[in-house]
Amino acid sequence: MSGPGAGTPRIRADREVCIGAGLCVMTAEDVFDQDDDGLVVLLEPDPPPAARERVRQAVRNCPSGALSLVEE
Amino acid sequence: MHDMSAPPLHMRRDGFGPAPELSALRDDEGVARITTVFGTEAWLVTRFEDVRTVLSHPELYSNALVPPFRPPGAPPAGEEEVAEVRAGNLLGSDPPEHTRLRRMLTPEFTVRRMRRLEPRIREIVDGHLDAMERGGPPADLVADFALPVPSLVICELLGVPYGDREGFQRTSRRMLDVALPLEERAAAGSEARAYITGLIRTVRENPGEDLFGMLVREHGDDLTTAELAGIGSLLLLAGHETTANMLSLGTLALLRHPDQLKLLRDEPERIDAAVEELMRWLSIVHSGMAKVTTAEVRLGDRTIGPGEVVLCSLPAANRDPALVPDPDQLDIRRGAIGHVAFGHGVHHCLGAPLARLEMRIAFPALLRRFPGLRLAGDPVYRSFNVVYGLSAMPVAW
Ligand code: SF4
Repeated sequence: MSGPGAGTPRIRADREVCIGAGLCVMTAEDVFDQDDDGLVVLLEPDPPPAARERVRQAVRNCPSGALSLVEE
Repeated sequence: MHDMSAPPLHMRRDGFGPAPELSALRDDEGVARITTVFGTEAWLVTRFEDVRTVLSHPELYSNALVPPFRPPGAPPAGEEEVAEVRAGNLLGSDPPEHTRLRRMLTPEFTVRRMRRLEPRIREIVDGHLDAMERGGPPADLVADFALPVPSLVICELLGVPYGDREGFQRTSRRMLDVALPLEERAAAGSEARAYITGLIRTVRENPGEDLFGMLVREHGDDLTTAELAGIGSLLLLAGHETTANMLSLGTLALLRHPDQLKLLRDEPERIDAAVEELMRWLSIVHSGMAKVTTAEVRLGDRTIGPGEVVLCSLPAANRDPALVPDPDQLDIRRGAIGHVAFGHGVHHCLGAPLARLEMRIAFPALLRRFPGLRLAGDPVYRSFNVVYGLSAMPVAW
């Protein structure tokens, strides 16, 4: 799959790993959400550059390691 | 038994922060051998990155392998007894068992779900502030505000009769008080379990709209009464002891830092960041659960063999210069959420969204209500406790 632009990482969210702590939602509400089970839902797998820093933080702070960035 | 004149290294404090010898350990070798409250040996991990490493790898650092504590000289616990105490204890389990239990609870603690609780929490906060105001100064911020607010919130959320609180609050205080003989703490643990087991039996007959009712309705067939009681005890204990101490100790921290207090009063929209900074700076949970290594591991410059007990110092990690610059400074403007005060990894605090919400409502409401809030006597610290905090804080306004 090709990314939307050079150097823009895609987000991967592993719902098997997610523990539903919601830190990602707190950090970047425009990119992440939680479903009724509390598990992560990606609203925006290709986040706009403006959200990039917050997304990096969300990935770093996710307690369960469910989030990762795939550089394209 | 172990000398109780000073708490073990990982529980030592100097006012709000970790004791100097604990910070020195972090800045020096990072990992060291210590003696725990039980008089046994453990490895203490103090650096931010090392703590994150330990907490991120439950397959290497197991919660389930930690032996249940026994009074000295008592025969080792029988298999059945261990199973009974273990049942439903999220903190005493590893994936996949932990995942199974936690998944049943996550829907109840989502960010969105918490927002629905907001109006009720505001009511509870305002009700207690009204009562404080009516009673007139002085008041005890712990007994009149910091303890009853989270207590009423968690009781309502779980479906625990608020009228029972005095009994179980006394029991939980004894469970967490490390200055007490182990026999007494163990007895308090059994009492707490008996109370919750009784409660769960009633819920099974007539499940309500609260969290216990939901668990019974949706998972009542998959969960034994012992498991339900285990989950219930943990939520009740955690919901009381942590937020209550953050509210009292956090208020004290602000009173002792008038510049920070003024900043928050003048710009209340800073509350989210302020809560994160207070969490980081105070790190009221000294170490969370002990872990047992399942294989040989490397931490810092140390090689640790399998079967060793490992403890993480959360206050030392949260004041690691590797996390934030000038870490010993309380600065509510930074408020990064990357701290480990709620833990990290699969055992990251389930109630974190609730605790955050309560603090975001309670601190500003308290400061707004009493613009002249001040200490009216010496606060009483509780040092020999699993959760750091205050047992009394006289205030006037
Ligand atoms: S921060 Fe991680 S564990 Fe928490 S909801 Fe988001 S993906 Fe799941």
